[in-house]
Amino acid sequence: MCLGIPGQIVEISDTNHQLAIVNVGGVKRQVNITCIVDEEHPPESCVGDWVLVHVGFAMNRINEEEAAETLRLLTEMAELMVDY
Amino acid sequence: MKYVDEFRDTYKGEALLWQMEKLCHIIGKPLKIMEVCGGHTHAIFKYGIEEVLPPSIELIHGPGCPVCVMTKGRIDDAIAIAEYPDVILTTFGDTMRVPGSRKSLLQAKAEGADIRMVYSPLDSLKIAQENPTKEVVFFGIGFETTAPSTALTILQAAGENLKNFSMFANHVLVIPALKALLENPDLQLDGFVGPGHVSMVIGTKPYQFIPQDYHKPIVISGFEPLDILQSIWMLLQQFVDGRCEVENQYNRLVKPEGNTIALKAINQVFIERETFAWRGLGDIPHSGLKIRPEYALFDAEIKFVIPNRTVADHKACQCGEILKGVLKPWQCKVFGTACTPETPIGSCMVSSEGACAAYYKYGRLSLVEKNNS
Ligand code: SF4
Repeated sequence: MCLGIPGQIVEISDTNHQLAIVNVGGVKRQVNITCIVDEEHPPESCVGDWVLVHVGFAMNRINEEEAAETLRLLTEMAELMVDY
Repeated sequence: MKYVDEFRDTYKGEALLWQMEKLCHIIGKPLKIMEVCGGHTHAIFKYGIEEVLPPSIELIHGPGCPVCVMTKGRIDDAIAIAEYPDVILTTFGDTMRVPGSRKSLLQAKAEGADIRMVYSPLDSLKIAQENPTKEVVFFGIGFETTAPSTALTILQAAGENLKNFSMFANHVLVIPALKALLENPDLQLDGFVGPGHVSMVIGTKPYQFIPQDYHKPIVISGFEPLDILQSIWMLLQQFVDGRCEVENQYNRLVKPEGNTIALKAINQVFIERETFAWRGLGDIPHSGLKIRPEYALFDAEIKFVIPNRTVADHKACQCGEILKGVLKPWQCKVFGTACTPETPIGSCMVSSEGACAAYYKYGRLSLVEKNNS
């Protein structure tokens, strides 16, 4: 039910309704981006952003640095195992 | 797929498990950890996470599946609305097979009610525009993850002055449910894996009461196998360090303050109910959302007369005890015999996020046999 899929915004399709085209695993879908748009992030600036899509809405932006940091930690742990 | 495949790497998973073994050895006692969210339950079964965990960790599958906690009474109400002449009821696919007291939405559809599955609540607005002579009612269910989307749907309907659209709101809230669980004396838990997508909306702050008042740690987790393993590892690390905190494994999506735009939309459209009934858990104060009087035009509970009856659950069904983590699905007498995903008796057997269906679908029957012998 709370399922979400990562996707990348490729184009703003309707500024009035805050709709964008999002590439979700190779499939292009129209998605509402109201939840990720504010003064700092006008719709035009969202192209290229990675978002989590849930029931036709982009619910949040995926933070690339945080994702990389999590993976870095896990890689370090895996390297520890090799050394062991 | 980016942000998916990297978090399924087996080698990193092995490293986490290797670390966990060591931590469990230091802890030296069995641990019960509840994953609250049905999405986690689904992932845990799909990837066989239970089998690979150190044997001293037991996972308890919590009540975080909005389909599983929907009462028969509310399903009956949705069916009653769908059976009004000239009504089109739209709903997420998950709700179709949930048993009501006499039938499910799927059966009502087979008998002629116009019930349509939609992917997004916004699809219902389109159906309403295309069918001006019909009343379109969206059966809105879900936790805080889904509530912003239904709130924004109502705001859009209001903006477009759509007269033939309304919503039957059944949103439930995670925090009051967790409070109710923690107050339950039967429940013996050592910590929680917290819901990732609910938290991307509400943030991490609302969970503070869990370590503060109940002295249990919680780690907000993502949904890929490495996310879940890392979250359990973080819990173990807290036990070893003698810490008890809210931690956030899923910080690529969850911020401490959540999503303020989404929260604003929820608050604009919805208001807490005094109380809401959960299947198996009973009435929980302030645990549901209803539509604010300002948007009464879009409230199906006002537009239609609904039976609004309380219906007792099936006698044999142990969903309540299972949601609380007191019983395991195979301890239910009708599990896998009278109750299967094709003929569910309780709603935990309907959605793959429910513990019963997850055990049934992912070959847990061997475990059942083992436990029964
Ligand atoms: S097996 Fe079926 S009847 Fe038994 S607790 Fe699970 S859902 Fe309820």
